[in-house]
Amino acid sequence: MKSMAAATPGGTIDEAEVARFERIARTWWDPNGAMKTLHRFNPVRIQYIRDHVAEHFGRDARDGRPLEGLSVLDVGCGGGLLCEPLARLGATVTGIDPAPTNVEVARLHADASGAPVTYRRATVEALVAEGARFDVVLAMEVVEHVADVRMFAEACCAAVKPEGMLFMATLNRTLRAFALAIVGAEYVLGWLPKGTHQWEKFVTPDELADALAGGGFRISDETGVVYNPLTGSWRAASDMSVNYMVAATRAQRPSARA
Amino acid sequence: MPHASAEPSPRTDVLVAGGGAAGLTLALALKSALRGQLAVTVCDPALSSPPRRDDRAFALAAGPRRMLETLGAWEAIAAEAEPIRSMIITDSRTSDPVRPVFLDFSGDVGPDEPFAHMVEHGALIEALLHRAREAGVVLRAERVLGVDTRPERAVARLSGGGTLAASLVAACDGAGSPLREQAGIGTVSWPYRQSGIVATIAHERDHEGRAEEHFLPSGPFAILPLRGRRSSIVWTERSDNVPALLGLDKEDLLAEIERRFGLRHGKLTLETPPVAWRLQFMVARRFVGDRLALVADAAHVVHPIAGQGLNLGLRDVAALAEAVVGQAALGLDPGSHEVLKEYERARRFDTVAMGLVMEGLNRLFSNDVAPVRLVRDVGLGLVDRMPGLKRFFIRQAAAVAPAAPRLLRGESL
Repeated sequence: MKSMAAATPGGTIDEAEVARFERIARTWWDPNGAMKTLHRFNPVRIQYIRDHVAEHFGRDARDGRPLEGLSVLDVGCGGGLLCEPLARLGATVTGIDPAPTNVEVARLHADASGAPVTYRRATVEALVAEGARFDVVLAMEVVEHVADVRMFAEACCAAVKPEGMLFMATLNRTLRAFALAIVGAEYVLGWLPKGTHQWEKFVTPDELADALAGGGFRISDETGVVYNPLTGSWRAASDMSVNYMVAATRAQRPSARA
Repeated sequence: MPHASAEPSPRTDVLVAGGGAAGLTLALALKSALRGQLAVTVCDPALSSPPRRDDRAFALAAGPRRMLETLGAWEAIAAEAEPIRSMIITDSRTSDPVRPVFLDFSGDVGPDEPFAHMVEHGALIEALLHRAREAGVVLRAERVLGVDTRPERAVARLSGGGTLAASLVAACDGAGSPLREQAGIGTVSWPYRQSGIVATIAHERDHEGRAEEHFLPSGPFAILPLRGRRSSIVWTERSDNVPALLGLDKEDLLAEIERRFGLRHGKLTLETPPVAWRLQFMVARRFVGDRLALVADAAHVVHPIAGQGLNLGLRDVAALAEAVVGQAALGLDPGSHEVLKEYERARRFDTVAMGLVMEGLNRLFSNDVAPVRLVRDVGLGLVDRMPGLKRFFIRQAAAVAPAAPRLLRGESL
């Protein structure tokens, strides 16, 4: 097994959540397995990240490797579903996850597929403490799983280089989200293992904006992500009442500076 | 260590099995996108020799032609292509001295864009090969013997003894597709009991870019304009009659052709000896397998009644290229289930619909029953009198309908 040196307990990690994810980590890469929904969801969030990063850093989004030379940190990388595509788009990607099985699954898969990604069992707080900084930091579908949103958001902000970008995706705490993401996706349709989400931990856009402001960041773009049951696909849309994503950059002047 | 036993194969993103028109166009389309980021390999033993100059000519519809233009291959083909400026359809007994025209498609798809061009097979392949090489497609004169599919990749065994790993294998290996067979994908097919006799005819007078389709009782007889005072004929005949016809001496054969061809073009001479192809209808039960896409003739063979064979194949290419590039542009696996689903969804309906329309047309017209003639002639006459409906047919035949893949609309990926 792995040495415990990489383990970083405490911080914003919820230990019960980590244990649960280990159980399903092995099926991360089965497009028809437990993570089917995330596979379906993946193109929408990659496109969102690719297009906004390309715009921010003055790249052509469709030139094949638009993220060439940019460092990307994927916080809560899971099995690496987001890390590998971003590495193929040219980014130097580091994926971190607190669950050792996830990190192991992600490493094995990257070896087999040839995508150059560095994986670590670590928390964003630990990386910040080491002094690591990135052009782009991602926390996609993670906020709704952490113990303290405000602390987590601040750590993510701190990991971004001065001119960099931060992306977050999560679930809104609305009745619609309860009906669709928990009752619908977990119980009726069986898309997600039961207990994947707890509604009380969902985060409203306002709360997320507040948490990011605490880290000196301002949301520069936000979009909803909606499911089309006819085509079985997801797309970006203005409706943010269930799934949504935000892009944020450092606010011009840090708030609350003496 | 599970990795130690398997010698890692060299890797390409997309392996195209078969270097015909569809395979080469697919390879070129993929290589032309995303600044050449995708590694594309074409395997075909025929690549070892210069393209065969055969006598087949194809009607290339406006949509597929736009795709070739976007991919930079059209310019070289255009030099030897003949625009089809108009098309007439008649429905007569062979012996009728005058064949009334029931349907007259003239007019262009857009300003100065004929709805189709006649292109000769050799010129098409030569231009595509040249462009593919220029774009950086890897061309290997080897046969793909078989493919072993693992979750992360497909590994192809090549006739040269090596292996090649790929994210996606595109089977462009023809109607008898060995890769389709190996993947265990069945087909639905039936023979037509008809053969297509193909020949190149030289004639005295100019054809003025007019294509003609004469629905004769034994089957359709098409005259398609080639460069100069030449035309390609596609003469559909009951297969039983074919050996006798091809056994005729030159003069008698020419007389038979003339009976069908008509006298408008003056004196006829045979430029090439006629060759017969047995016609069939075939459609694969699935167009995709694990990391495998069936493309063009490997997926479907339709009746050549409307000259749609090559065009259907190039429509497959446009749809598959769009799905693959869309996925690769996001750094996602170009051979994933999602890509293949998207491709199949895009092509299956179009193909089956087209196949059945061709089948229906052929059955409707390949007979000489008076009431049936009456019904079809009234039908064609109606189409001719309704400009909206006619434009719909022209746009469909030209494959430039608004929902078409981007390459067919002349856009790059």
